[in-house]
Amino acid sequence: MSEIDPALLRGLTRPRRDVLRLLGAGGAALALAACGVKGQGGKGTVTTGDVREFWRDKTRAGRLSWANWPGYMQDDRATLKAFEKATGTEVTYKEVIEETAPWFGKIQAPLAAGQSIGFDLMVMTNGIQLERCRRLGYLAPLDHTRLRTFAANAAAGFKNPSYDPGNAFTVPYVSGITGIAYNTRYVKEEITGIAQLFDPEYKGRVGMMADSQELGSFGMLALGIDPERSTPADWARAGARLRRQRDDGIVRKYYNQDYIDAVSKGEVWMTMAWSGDAYSMAGPDVRFVVPREGGTIWTDNLCVPRTAEHPVDALELMDWLYAPENNAPLTEFINYITPVPATRPLIARDAAAARGGERADLERLSASPLVFPSEAELARLRRYRRLAPAEEAEYQKIFEPIAKGS
Amino acid sequence: MRRAGRGDEDGHGEARSLTPYLLVLPSGLWLLAFLAVPLVLMASLSLQTGNLVDGFQQTFHWQNYTDGLGTYGDKFVRSLWYGLLATAACAALAYPAAYWIAFHGGRAKSTYLFLLLLPYFVSFVLRTISWKLVLTDNGPVLGPLRDHGLLPDGFHVLDTGFAVVSGLTYGFLPFMVLPIYVALERIDPRVVEAARDLYAGRVRAFARIVLPLSLPGVLAGVVMTFVPVAADYVNAEVLGGPRNTMIGNVIQAEYFDNSAYPLASALSFTLMAMLLLGVFAYARALGAGSALEAARR
Repeated sequence: MSEIDPALLRGLTRPRRDVLRLLGAGGAALALAACGVKGQGGKGTVTTGDVREFWRDKTRAGRLSWANWPGYMQDDRATLKAFEKATGTEVTYKEVIEETAPWFGKIQAPLAAGQSIGFDLMVMTNGIQLERCRRLGYLAPLDHTRLRTFAANAAAGFKNPSYDPGNAFTVPYVSGITGIAYNTRYVKEEITGIAQLFDPEYKGRVGMMADSQELGSFGMLALGIDPERSTPADWARAGARLRRQRDDGIVRKYYNQDYIDAVSKGEVWMTMAWSGDAYSMAGPDVRFVVPREGGTIWTDNLCVPRTAEHPVDALELMDWLYAPENNAPLTEFINYITPVPATRPLIARDAAAARGGERADLERLSASPLVFPSEAELARLRRYRRLAPAEEAEYQKIFEPIAKGS
Repeated sequence: MRRAGRGDEDGHGEARSLTPYLLVLPSGLWLLAFLAVPLVLMASLSLQTGNLVDGFQQTFHWQNYTDGLGTYGDKFVRSLWYGLLATAACAALAYPAAYWIAFHGGRAKSTYLFLLLLPYFVSFVLRTISWKLVLTDNGPVLGPLRDHGLLPDGFHVLDTGFAVVSGLTYGFLPFMVLPIYVALERIDPRVVEAARDLYAGRVRAFARIVLPLSLPGVLAGVVMTFVPVAADYVNAEVLGGPRNTMIGNVIQAEYFDNSAYPLASALSFTLMAMLLLGVFAYARALGAGSALEAARR
């Protein structure tokens, strides 16, 4: 390198610089003016014709791959093995979804380009990203003539949800409640409400969720606002309240998935938490409560990307999961609310047959209001606000930057 | 490399004068395809408005830049500040290490360098996460200290600026050590001996001879460290809390989580402009001579 003659360097760079300048100026002006990014808006609704059109040339392949969240399948994959045994279909299962927004970021580009994302089945939470997938036409319209088990066994509350009328693109996998988990080793009083997440006494010991819909909903519930019916003015008030909580130093961290570890180890003393995580993954000192002000209820949904290579197999698995005898072992592991209420007697039966610690676990499960909530308990729970595309930007502008410290 | 002038003497002036162009052609095309074109596209995107569903249109919406600076100005400041702190810490740690290896490493020099680089065979993200396990409130370091009453109850390292800057320093240390080492290694020991012969003490010989001769290495190390550190987002994500967000985290979130491509592009360009200006100002302040000197090494 040290041998380079400065004169040569100058000779090399000078003419090139002019060429580049010309090229650059012309090219940049052209590019700046010309290119936009095309909208990908598809239809949010489907007709039977669309469904027939999509499934017409699709055939069973004998294999499929499934993208799911961690903790959503037994460690020994027993349910998948049972499915493979019953149908001969081979399942590749990956726990690749940590949070909805980054997952959407990951799959958006291939889906927009009409390419496979490498998965035939994925689990997405109702919310902004699922809504986007629907509107952008990223999801395969479901053929309900092949979802008879779903039709027979899904609870009424899980059919025809507001975020996906007629289950056009999704069927529920599980539902969960967002409430508060706290560590009784550190918190000496009983935690009953969201207000306590804002208590300065717990400065630097509170965890909140980073997801804008979770965070925003709790901000609104703290102010006595029903998130489902909230207005932009409500969002602004809730946003200000959450900002104050952060700037007062009460929030130690905004979490995606890792809050269970933090609250179990005492890094935070209380945190927003999902019911099933708190039920199954937390240490013995961690207690979960549905706040007095109400909690949020969300549903993780099975859906098929439009570009799936093995959609028929995916549909088959969806339907198979709705048979109570197939669903019960899964519910015993996941500990979230199952869309198949007929699993409850099966779990009770398993409990009667089991002994010792396992029996106690299963009895606790079949009696748990977190897994089989009563109507009264469900009435205290709120769904996320559904956001039209125009509202989404405003909502995100208020709540998204909070966890990012702005 | 042969000097350019010789080509003409050989009588193949025409062909020879093309050679340098042919030599840079592959890398030039590479840069054009994967740097220049994306940059132009991104510049265009940074002036558009719209959303993912309806599409983005070119509207020459310069407010993307002012919005970005207005909303996230403090993140830019924090990133540059963390960048400066981590770079300074890197320099302070790297210089003695490089000095020791270069002058006292003896025959084991390459072993020491290898040892220095050994941790970097493990993925960057993994190393950062392992720091988290070490530094957690009730972990192997802080737990015992607190149990023995050596730390106040609320004391924690994770989720603080200190943790982020420490992580950055750790993560980018080799970028500082290696150029300094190369500069020191090139110093002829006889020059130092000559200084001692002329009655310079150890300190004076270091200050007047070794330090100035190694300075280009430090300067190169500073640029190589500061630029990636200021744009980093892994450390702030893993080791930081809500008050330690850096601009890299914001860009990542705006791009991948919010699909706010124009804003993310505008923020990226703003960051790039700041870093370029910083580096230019830095080179300028040092004088063209020492910058050239650094480049020649």
